[in-house]
Amino acid sequence: MAVRKTKHKMPEQSPKERIKNFNEVPYGYDEKTAIEEAKRCLQCKKRPCVNGCPVEIDIPDFIKHIAEGDFDKAVEVLKTKTNLPAVCGRVCPYESQCEGECTLKKIGEPVGIGRLERFLADYERKKGVKIPKKAKKTGKKVAVVGAGPAGLTCAGDLAKMGHSVSIFEALHDPGGVLMYGIPEFRLPKEIVKAEVGYIKGLGVEINYDVVVGKTISVDEIMNDYDAIFIGTGAGLPRWLRIPGENLDGVYSANEFLTRVNMMKAYQFPNYDTPVKIGKIVATFGAGNVAMDCARTSLRLGAEKSYIIYRRSEVEMPARDEEIEHAKEEGVIFHLLTNPVRFIGDDKGILKQVECIKMRLGEPDESGRRRPVPIEGSNFKVKIDTALVAIGQSPNPLVPKTVKGLKIGKWGNIETDEDGRTNIPGIFAGGDIATGAATVILAMGAGKRAARAIDRYLKIKK
Amino acid sequence: MYKILEKKVMSDTVKLMKIKAPLVAKKARAGQFIILRVDEKGERIPLTIADYDREKGTVTVIFMEVGKTTKQLGTLNVGDFLLNFVGPLGQPSDIEKYGTVVMIGGGVGIAPLYPIVRELKKEGNYVISILGARNEKLLMLEKEIKNYSDELYITTDDGSKGHKGFVSDVLQKLIDEGKEIGMVMAIGPVIMMKVVANVTRPYKIKTLVSLNPIMVDGTGMCGGCRVSVGGETKFACVDGPEFDGHKVDYDNLMLRNRRFVCEEEEACKLAGV
Repeated sequence: MAVRKTKHKMPEQSPKERIKNFNEVPYGYDEKTAIEEAKRCLQCKKRPCVNGCPVEIDIPDFIKHIAEGDFDKAVEVLKTKTNLPAVCGRVCPYESQCEGECTLKKIGEPVGIGRLERFLADYERKKGVKIPKKAKKTGKKVAVVGAGPAGLTCAGDLAKMGHSVSIFEALHDPGGVLMYGIPEFRLPKEIVKAEVGYIKGLGVEINYDVVVGKTISVDEIMNDYDAIFIGTGAGLPRWLRIPGENLDGVYSANEFLTRVNMMKAYQFPNYDTPVKIGKIVATFGAGNVAMDCARTSLRLGAEKSYIIYRRSEVEMPARDEEIEHAKEEGVIFHLLTNPVRFIGDDKGILKQVECIKMRLGEPDESGRRRPVPIEGSNFKVKIDTALVAIGQSPNPLVPKTVKGLKIGKWGNIETDEDGRTNIPGIFAGGDIATGAATVILAMGAGKRAARAIDRYLKIKK
Repeated sequence: MYKILEKKVMSDTVKLMKIKAPLVAKKARAGQFIILRVDEKGERIPLTIADYDREKGTVTVIFMEVGKTTKQLGTLNVGDFLLNFVGPLGQPSDIEKYGTVVMIGGGVGIAPLYPIVRELKKEGNYVISILGARNEKLLMLEKEIKNYSDELYITTDDGSKGHKGFVSDVLQKLIDEGKEIGMVMAIGPVIMMKVVANVTRPYKIKTLVSLNPIMVDGTGMCGGCRVSVGGETKFACVDGPEFDGHKVDYDNLMLRNRRFVCEEEEACKLAGV
């Protein structure tokens, strides 16, 4: 029997419907479709997909169990390597990782590995998540700073190894960017909470409202713990640095998304935190965060939602799926366009953005063609809200307060491959070490650091 | 959960609460603030620390009921709990020997001024305090601040106590009298801080103001609290809350503080507060 060349589609809410709600866009596979999709896997000997996975999931093995209809066994395989499968199955850039390496790509579309992972995680959650038997206690204590993807992964793995782990989180909810950044329609917060529930089930303790560097210092933590992992992420918003950026109506993507996602401003006034966007919203940038902003704006009732980006479509850093979803929902793309200044009325309220047209010149250090302004091409666009989504830098709060810690030129904590910093016992990983990247890379870093910490604790007397 | 151990009604709209928060109390220093959330649906709001007791593990906040959250907070009583209480946030005040300092508090801004007055006095400064309020009833912490002040002046808008007029009138008088002033600090309504800065600017007297813009996370993540200081964008939550009073763009701050006025009214109306 010939192998089907295309992935089985996931049913999803129609664009017209979904821009009126914050519910998740795709519904996920049913059991029958999951089995059919799993059967597409060639079970090839080389297993290139595993190499493409930052957390080293034994992909062909779990797929094999799905194909056999043994979902429980499949879940077991999955969970030996990832603590957050429902998250990965939704927000991983599979196309450039596991699926990017799939042998089936030679004849058509890869196996829908991400969709299968998501299916399994949802299957398990509906059934009730099983907590694995706890490992024998080692008597060692590890502190983890930040309950985002890196910290949660590191904490979960360390707990599985028998160490007692305490997480210190600055905010009132766990998840980091999974909670404040990624919108409900892409990653329902109940799912994040369930995944965190699993980590807690492993014995990890989470302390909220603790800003490390302020409430408690890294030095104080080191007095009480055998090792520490810092995973405080890239929380510092970057600005366009153009006139008018402090007008009423200009938000950083972080403020906008935190208000809407973590503080649930989309349910204002049932929830107390407000957000207001008016009728026309412009998002600056074209990464995943920018797509999240533009799509969230539509759901909040914006009549027009623009993406304004200085390069062209091929350079857009967002995942294809996100761009596709944004287009389907009616987001309008102004490419090769750069903002020059924001213009307000006499009360200081944002009314317009002045832009300039760009063309692509020679490649820059990122290898992408450098955008060059076309002189005299300035034009004004009427907008009510501007969302600045051009990236984040590592949050300086923790790095700045640790004496002697080696800091890189982007304000990141310098580490080796396994998360070791220049100070023995202090490890770091995720966006705080690499600068803003993806959830899965942060998870991979957390995983490697957990192994390095384990080794460190064994050697340390 | 953080328990309310003490509550005091300072005036019709101003209340004091002592909250059990040992970790915050242990680290709190004059000039810093906390962020609290009353319940699951609540907003995160910043309040400046009015006092702390490291041994008892308590932090005191004094707040004016201006929006939904502060009004709701005002209805809570001793024994009730706050869901979140995080801090201490922001940079503490520079407590050093300036010589003579003029400490100006307006309205509810007198509360955060108090611990700074106390610490500056302990450091050996000659402390002149000027407290301003709309009327005598709204004047707070007079006795406490007096204890740590070498001179104390009161101003009220209606003349019900002290000088009738503004804090800036007294400041101008002190300057005119030829007092050597090492530093002026002003905490209160934005317009008051702006006026104070305008008074001291021609004399090049070091002037510090403590800002309280709209915040969400309080850890430098959202930038909602950004203020323009000397043409540079600063985050009040991590770079502040104190800034060089001569460099702050007060008009922009006032504008940004009005961002959600309509929404605030809507929330109050809905909650019936």
